[in-house]
Formats: sequence, structure tokens, C-alpha cells
Amino acid sequence: MAKLKSLMNVFRQESIWISIISIFLGLLIGAIVMLVGGYEPVLAYQSMIEKIVGNPYDIGETIRSIMPLILTGLAVAVAFRGGMFNIGVEGQIVMGSIGALFVGYFLDLPPVLHAIVAIVVGAIFGGLWGMLVAWLKTSRGINEVVTCIMLNWSALYISHIVVRMFMMEEGTARSKLIQDSASIEIPFLIQWFDGARIHWGFIITMLLLVGYSFYMNKTKWGYELRAVGSSKHAAHYAGISVNKTIHRTFFISGMMGGLVGTFEILGVFKYLAIAPTTSGLGFDGIAVALLGMNTAIGILLAAALFGALMYGSQGMSFGADVPGEVIRMVVSIIIFFAAAPGMLRVLFQLRRSTRRKEVSARGNDSVSH
Amino acid sequence: MEMIAFLINGTFVFATALIFAALGGLITERAGVINLGLEGFMVSGAFTAGVVTYYAEQANMGGASPWIGFLAAPIFTLLFALLHAIASVRFKANQVISGIVVNMLAASSTFFFVKLLFDGAAETPLLHNVFSKASIPVLSDLPFVGVAFFSLYPVTYIAIALAIIIYFIMYRTPLGLRLRAVGEHPGSADTAGVRVNRLRFLAVLAGGMIASLGGATVTLTMNSSFTFHTISGQGFIALAAVIFGRWHPIGAFGAALFFGVAQAVKDQIQVVEAAKHIPNEIFYLLPYVLTLVVLIFTSKKSSSPAALGVPYEPGKR
Amino acid sequence: MTAQHDIVLELKGLTKRFPGIVANDSIDLQLRKGEILALLGENGAGKSTLMNMVFGLYQPDEGEIWINGQPVSMDTPSKAIELGIGMVHQHFKLVPPFTVTENIVLGMETKKGLAIDLKSSAQRIQELSDRYNLNIKPHAVVDTISVGMQQRVEIMKILYRGADILIFDEPTAVLTPQEITELLAILKGLAAEGKSIIIITHKLKEIMEIADRCTVIRRGKVIDTLEVAAASPEALAERMVGRNVSLHVDKEAAQPGERLLEVKDLHVKDSSGQNMLRGVSFDIRAGEIVGIAGVDGNGQSELIEALTGMMKIESGSIRLEGKEMANLSPRTVSELGVGHIPQDRHKHGLVLDFTVSENSVLKSYYNNPMSKLGILQESNIRKEAERFIESYDIRTPGTEVLARSLSGGNQQKIIIAREIEANPKFLIAAQPTRGLDVGAISFVHKQLIAERDAGKAVLLVSFELDEILDVADRILVIFNGQIVGETTPSATNEQKLGLMMAGKLGGESSNG
Repeated sequence: MAKLKSLMNVFRQESIWISIISIFLGLLIGAIVMLVGGYEPVLAYQSMIEKIVGNPYDIGETIRSIMPLILTGLAVAVAFRGGMFNIGVEGQIVMGSIGALFVGYFLDLPPVLHAIVAIVVGAIFGGLWGMLVAWLKTSRGINEVVTCIMLNWSALYISHIVVRMFMMEEGTARSKLIQDSASIEIPFLIQWFDGARIHWGFIITMLLLVGYSFYMNKTKWGYELRAVGSSKHAAHYAGISVNKTIHRTFFISGMMGGLVGTFEILGVFKYLAIAPTTSGLGFDGIAVALLGMNTAIGILLAAALFGALMYGSQGMSFGADVPGEVIRMVVSIIIFFAAAPGMLRVLFQLRRSTRRKEVSARGNDSVSH
Repeated sequence: MEMIAFLINGTFVFATALIFAALGGLITERAGVINLGLEGFMVSGAFTAGVVTYYAEQANMGGASPWIGFLAAPIFTLLFALLHAIASVRFKANQVISGIVVNMLAASSTFFFVKLLFDGAAETPLLHNVFSKASIPVLSDLPFVGVAFFSLYPVTYIAIALAIIIYFIMYRTPLGLRLRAVGEHPGSADTAGVRVNRLRFLAVLAGGMIASLGGATVTLTMNSSFTFHTISGQGFIALAAVIFGRWHPIGAFGAALFFGVAQAVKDQIQVVEAAKHIPNEIFYLLPYVLTLVVLIFTSKKSSSPAALGVPYEPGKR
Repeated sequence: MTAQHDIVLELKGLTKRFPGIVANDSIDLQLRKGEILALLGENGAGKSTLMNMVFGLYQPDEGEIWINGQPVSMDTPSKAIELGIGMVHQHFKLVPPFTVTENIVLGMETKKGLAIDLKSSAQRIQELSDRYNLNIKPHAVVDTISVGMQQRVEIMKILYRGADILIFDEPTAVLTPQEITELLAILKGLAAEGKSIIIITHKLKEIMEIADRCTVIRRGKVIDTLEVAAASPEALAERMVGRNVSLHVDKEAAQPGERLLEVKDLHVKDSSGQNMLRGVSFDIRAGEIVGIAGVDGNGQSELIEALTGMMKIESGSIRLEGKEMANLSPRTVSELGVGHIPQDRHKHGLVLDFTVSENSVLKSYYNNPMSKLGILQESNIRKEAERFIESYDIRTPGTEVLARSLSGGNQQKIIIAREIEANPKFLIAAQPTRGLDVGAISFVHKQLIAERDAGKAVLLVSFELDEILDVADRILVIFNGQIVGETTPSATNEQKLGLMMAGKLGGESSNG
């Protein structure tokens, strides 16, 4: 009963409505754009949904596309709760892939151990790349947003240089493949999903999602992280080492990013491609964290939505001849509205009716802030 | 000697787009609004220039076509700039997120439009009329400097002139004083009767429009068409140039030129046999690493506008 | 003044609401030409909100503003300036990297062709400065000039704009006593030249010295308007706080025990490398309250931060029961038995977005019984909060509401409960009653005295001389980073302390 009540309270919060309305508006504007462009939006969305759940393979691939978004969403959310902005997840992903690729390609280890070592090294690579941001912030006072941008592009070009120098597959624009012993595929699930690339990263991701919520709300380290995020001065006064907490926060955040790259290498592609830009998953993570309000359950739902939309967009061009980019537009519009709630308030004059309810909800809900 | 002249010439070619984008970013940031949307504004400019020039060619505008495309870029980009201004200035959204949204939306919508307009093609048709290097009579015949400085694309001269104009506005006019005040200490500006948020709004619009000229420059000088990788990272290099140049118009101009050198060297060095073993990416990497290094050694006396990234709310308690 | 007054500014029924409170409730006020009107009220009474409406920074929810007999709508500061109103804010509104001239002309620049003409403006500023005795350097960069000159630049800013109605928001809060004297003289001069002045303050002495009339505001309402010449400071104080003021504190004589805290030759630099403490030495015995008197900015914050480990020291020693604790971490210092009620409860004392529970364990969350193996023990934490709420009478809807939503007094009670219940040997209380109402003030004072009587060493840092004189057993005066005198409440008074605080007079001895 109490559970149900707190669940209902969630829907009384204004931010939930902001998220829901943003999603609705995004899809609506997407439909209008298609209509104006002479396409059939209904058919397009239909073929999108078909692509998402049409057959076991597509379901599996949809799940596969959701996983990295959960991780990047977590990466951004950890930093957000610590009062910082990690737009460097892009670079941390790349560093994670480099770490995993190195271990996967160069080391000779027995199957399970090889994968574990590769995952750990990938996570640490991402974590250290993230901690570099924190270190530059605490020791040199450089704003993390600036550092992140510089490090994103640096990571990309470093990965190119590293691949070219050590692991280039001749005649292609990618690295050599990792050894089979480092693969983290789950063969029976792959079979089950008709060849969709399901891997152990899925289990780890779900564990991390639960771990995030526990760490943040139930441990003293989470307490410290939130204290620093809310007020550095009060945290310092309370005897919390602010710099150490910032370092730790960015290490955890970077590790999540590093795992994305690691799983893509070990579970999906088996190689690292020389791409002109980074994946964009890190930026999508901002959208996920924002829409999911930095809570575990919210991140899961937001990642599921975005992951499904993006994977499903491939079906649109196939089934309705609509350029898949329209879904990227939809996603951008959703973030746009979610980031500027004032706009929706003006549009819908939500403020008056929800403000009262929010106050009443606050007394019961101890988790959300 | 001749190689150095070509190198300088090449530097200007690469730097022109960066100069436009950096100046656009500079105006916005000096007014106190973070501009992570430079990449998006450049994409929008590159797209508009590619499409409009193409249709101008079809309408038999001939040599005037690239100019029409060039001027159309800021007009279309106004849409994206408005988005950034409305979200971050009017509705106090997080300026970093707002800029990222501009990037995502500009990339996705322009590719969508390209596919829509050109029957599913991934790029605009190749343009026949693009800018060609203009040799200034007499001066371009001079040895060395003729090649280095006086046979450049016309837009390069525009970029240089714009840098000087913006410097003048910023430091020699009432508008500039107000713009800087709004970015440093909006509360002071407000009590002095300056309409803070209106000025910031306009600065975001102006910044976006100027940055779009950088994108147009890429399409109309180096690429001759617009594809999904016409703009890949130049907007962020331009932002690096703003920071590297310490938020000063001449500084940003210098930084853009400096980053241009790195690109030009990359092109020139291909000729040298020994350099073939150096991965090209070293030169791509350079601007970002150098900017970080500069930040590491100068951060203690930060020169970023004091109110950068902080929305201004007069009625806040 | 004659019976027939020209009313230059009139407020009729001004009301302003913020979420949760009515900051101004139907305020009526009149300002006469050439007078100095004081606006008196406690912190949070609504004075600043009112003046921000007059200056167009806030919009009133109800009511009208009349200027020279005409109703006006004051929608922006520029409108206010146009109508001849100028305001000197409590926090200066100056652009630090700009020159004095640039700051003054901002918003109404003169041009020469397209370019800005700073030269002629600088000349005009020099002339005005000479005429009103403001002693301003037009070409200095604001970053590098003294606080006093910054304030005079603010005054110049509004004179340059031709203001006839001048509003000053707590103008003396950041000034040294000499600077205050200078400022008051300038204000009198301006009124004599026909300018009409409103000065917001809660300092009775200044009102008695320069104001013609005084309007008292309490909890957002006008209580009374008095002719200052016919009023006594006591009457003003009574109107301000709403009851008979007897801030006198009942306490027994102190029974100092052994030396608990010894501070020797403490030197501290701030982040820009300026010497903020220059050889501070003193000690505190068990069972006594030592008060630090001084004008804000003379090294008090640095002293507190050095004592609590929040700031590194250059040299010197801080010993608690003989144990050296200089440059230890804040946590170690706290574990050694130092409690700290910080000066700014919003910035330091509380995490406002944490619940009452979470704030109750801000300094103990990491240890058994509040956490075990790194996992927070929620029921223990909640019990602790409930205990505090019970024994310190904290008015809150529950333990799980955000600290932000409580009143200032109740927020302060959380801090006091937390710091005292940790059972420190040495308690630092910095401005512990700032912004509190009278009831809460006496509660805090009683708690401090109870701690003293329990044999603790207490350091009270306050800018309010009354508080120091009432509560402390021994008084140290800090000036410019040094202890310039020592005395006791019975051996001194406000005037003598004031002179010492200005560095003009030594105490009986320099070390105790």
C-alpha cells in the first residue's frame, strides 16, 4: 500500500509531466516534419515499431542498443548528482575501447579470465580518462566542460593513432579483431534472439543500475557525493574531502563510459573502427539522465525509449522510405523541451496546478530531491 | 621559401572557417552565454550554402551563386540560433545542454533535408560555382607576400575585416562596453539600465549567424558539396580557439590562424618523404592538446567572462 | 522643515509576495524633498524587497508608486533612473575589471562619432567628484580600489545620472568606522544640496546621527514613522522588534579552569596571497566565553577557518589541550573535539537540499552507529534527528523534509543541536544569531552560556557589539589581522570598543 502510494506520488511531480509531455511533443513534431516533407508519419511510426519488436532478432538488437544508453545515462547522472557536468563520456567510451582492444588483441589468457581482464582494464581506462577531468578541475581550476570537449576529440585521435601504429588491419579502416577468448557474447541468447548480439554486458549493466541507486542513497560515499554536489562549502565544513570526492565521482562516471566502449568491442564489433567522429552515445547519455531525472528507474525508462527509437528508426527508411534522421530530430526536440521546463510551463501553464501537489508529495518521498 | 609562402596561404584557407566560427562563439560567450552549439551553427551554414548555391546555379545565377549561398547561410541559421537563445536566455535552460541540442538538431535536420531534397542522396550535388582565390592586382605579383597574403579566397578578407570590426565594437563602442558588462556582471549592467537578457538574446543570434559563415566557407571553398562529414569537429576547434585566445577577438583570431597552421602543415608535409610515417591524426590532435596545455598553465588567472554560463534572473531572491 | 512638504516619492499599498511568504504587505511611505529618511527593520523584515520594487528590480503584486505627485509604473531599473531614482546596493553593482569611468558611464555612454567617448566622461566625473567631495580616481580599475572608494563610485554612478532620490541599502555594513564617518558626512552634504535620501539600516546609532525621520518595518508591514529628533533609540528598537527589548543576558560569573586552547603567532594568507592574519595569539580557558569584536573583514573568517582546519595556515601553532592541530583536516579537528557553528548557515552549516535527518549527521554520518561498513543506518540517523527535534524544539513537519524549507531560526537550531550534542571541548560560534528573531537569539545565547557552564571553552565571533558585551566573559578586539586589545565587558563600553575596532586605542594588555 505504501509502495503504491509513493508510486502515485511520482506522478504528482511536475518533472514527470515535463518528461512525458516532452516525449509527446517530440514525436508530434517529428510527425509534422514528416507530413510537411510529404511522408506518411503513421506508416513511418508503424514501421518503426515493427522494427523494434517485429521479430526475435530485432528485439534482441533493440535491447543491445538500449544497454549503452543506460550506461552513458548513469555516467552523466553520477556526475550530475556530484554537481558536475560530464560531457566527456564520448572520450571515456573511446578510451575504454582502447583498453579492451589492447587486452583483447595482445594478451593471451584463458577464455573467461581474458574477458574479465579486458573488462576491468577497459573500465579503468575510461575511469582514469574521466579522473583527468577531475584532476584538472581540482588542481588547476579548469571548468570540466571545457576539459571534456578537448579530451573527447583528443581520445578520438589518440585511438586513431594507436590503432594505426599497433593494430591496423591492412586494407580496411579498422583495427584487427580481438581474440575469441576475450569475447563476452552469450551464445545461447544469441541463438535465442536469432543472432542478435546479446552479451554479458547486459547483466553487468543491470547490476550497475541497481548498484547506482544503492550507492547513491544508502552508502556513506553516496552521501558524500550528494553533499559535494549540493554544496561544496557545506561538504568541506563537514569534513568531507571535496577534491577526493570529485575525483572519485569522475572516476566512477568515466568507468561507466569506459564500459560502454569495452562492451562494444568485446561483445558487439570485436574491432575498433577509424571513425570521423565519436559515437554520440555520450551526448545521448545527457538526454537519458535529464529525462530520467538522475534516478535509476528513470534512466532505465529513458534509455529504453531512446534506444528503441534509434534502433527503430532504421525500419522507417526501409518501411516508409523516411530518412531515419527524423528520429534524431525527435530525440533532440525531446531534450530541448526537457531542458527548458519553463517553456512547457508557459505553454501549458502547469505551474499553478502542480506546485501545490509537489509540496504535498515532498513529505512522503524521501528519495527524490 | 616558396613552401613557406604556400604554407601561409594554406593557413589562411583552413583558418577562415575557424575565424568566423570563433568570432561567433566569442560574441556569445562575452555576453555570458556558453556556446557549445558552434558545431551545429557551422553544419547549418554549410548545409544552407550547399543547397542554396546549388539552386542558384540551377537558376543560372552563375558566378553570383556562391555569394547567394554564403549570405543565405546566416539567414537559415537564425532558426537554430533562436532555439539556443530561447532555451538558454529566455527560459534559463542549461546552456551546455542547449548547445548540444543545437548540434544534434542541426546535424539530424540538415541530413534529413538533404535526403528530402535530393531524393535520398547522402550529399548535395557537386557545385560548379564556388569561391576561387582572388588575386589582388599588383600586390599578388609581389614575391613571397603575393602568394602568402594577396591571393586568398575573398571570404578570407571578409573574415579578417570582421575580426577587426568586432574588436572595434567590443572595445571602442558603447555596445561593446555593455556586452562585456553583461557577461562580467549582469547585475551591474541591469542596474545601469542595460537590458541584460535582451542583449544576451541578440548576442546569441548574432553569434550563431556569424558562426554559420564558417560552415558556408567550408562548403564553398574546400568541399564544393555538403555531406555528413563536411563539418566534423571544426565547431569545437573554434570553441577551443575562443578559449585559447582568452575570449579576446584578436586572440581568438590568432588562435584560429594557429590551428590553421597545423592543418596546413599536414597538407604540405605530405610532400616530404620522411613524414609519411607520422599518422595524420597528430595534426588533428594538436589544437585540443595545445588548448589544454594553455589552460593548465594559465588557469589560475582565468580570463573567461565572470558570468559565463549563469542565467540572469533579476527577480531572484 | 515647514509644515508644507514637497513629497517626491510616495508608496501606496505596495505588496510583494514570494512563494511561501508575503515580503511586503500593503506598504505606505512618503519621502520629502531634501530629507534623509531611515528605513529601519530587522533582517528579513522586507526593507530590501521594498526598495528593489521602487528601483524597478521587482514588480509589485499590488499597490502604486508615485513620483512628484504622478503615479508611475516602475518596470525596469532604466525607468527608475529616468525618473531620477538611484540606488546604492548592499552588494556593489560594479564590473570588477572595468575602470571607474567605464562603470559610471555604463548604460548612458557619450559618443564621439561611432566610438565611445570616455575622455570627456572622465572629466565630468572628476568635476562631480570635486564638487561632492567624493575623492574618486576616474581611471582606476575597480578591482584594485578600496571598498570605501567602490561605494563612492556607486554614489557617483547615481549622481552622474542626475538622480534626485537616492536609496542606500545597508551602506555601512562593509565599512570601517572612519569610512562610516566619511559616508555619513557625504550623505548630509547631498541632502543639503536638495537630494532626497532613503537609507536602509538596522543600526540605530546611524539613524540618530543623520536621519530626519524614520519609518519602521516589521514582518513586511509599516509599524510607524517617527521624527528622529523627538525619538529615543530605545523607542526605535522597541518598534523594530515589536516588544520591550531587553537583550540583557542572565548569567553567573565565569569560573575559568585550565587553559584549553592556545593560539600562538598565527599567520594566514588568503587565496590571492594577502596577509589576513598577522601574528594572532590568544588562549581560552575551560569554562569561559571569549568574544572576538571587530568590523567584518579584519580576519575573523580566516581565524575561524584556520582554527577548524578549513584553511591552511602559513605559520604559528594552535593547541587544544596541548595537542597541535594546525593544518589538520577539518574532520580530524572536529574529531579532536572542536565544534563549529558557522557564520553562514546556508553556505556552510547545512546542505540545504538534504533532509533534516541527513543534516543532523553531517559530521557523524561516516561512523558507527550512523553507518556500518559504509552503509548508512537510516533508522539510527532518523532517531538522532528526532532526538534533536525533541530536545531543541526544532519546528519541522518531520525528519525527512528538506532543510531548505525550514525557517532561519529552526535551521540554526539544527546546527546548534548537531554541534553541541557532539560534545566538543571547544566550541566556535560565529555570528550565531545573525538574521534570527529575538526569541531565537536568546535561545542561542542561553545554549552558549550553558556550554560554558559545562566547562567548555567557547569562542564567540560577532559583529554586533551588544552581543559581545552581553555574552562574552573576555573580549579580544581584532583589527587588520591582529589582536589589538583585550578587555572585559565590565571594563569597557560600545564607544571604547568602537575605537579599538578602528585600531585607535589599545586595551589594558595585549595578552592574557
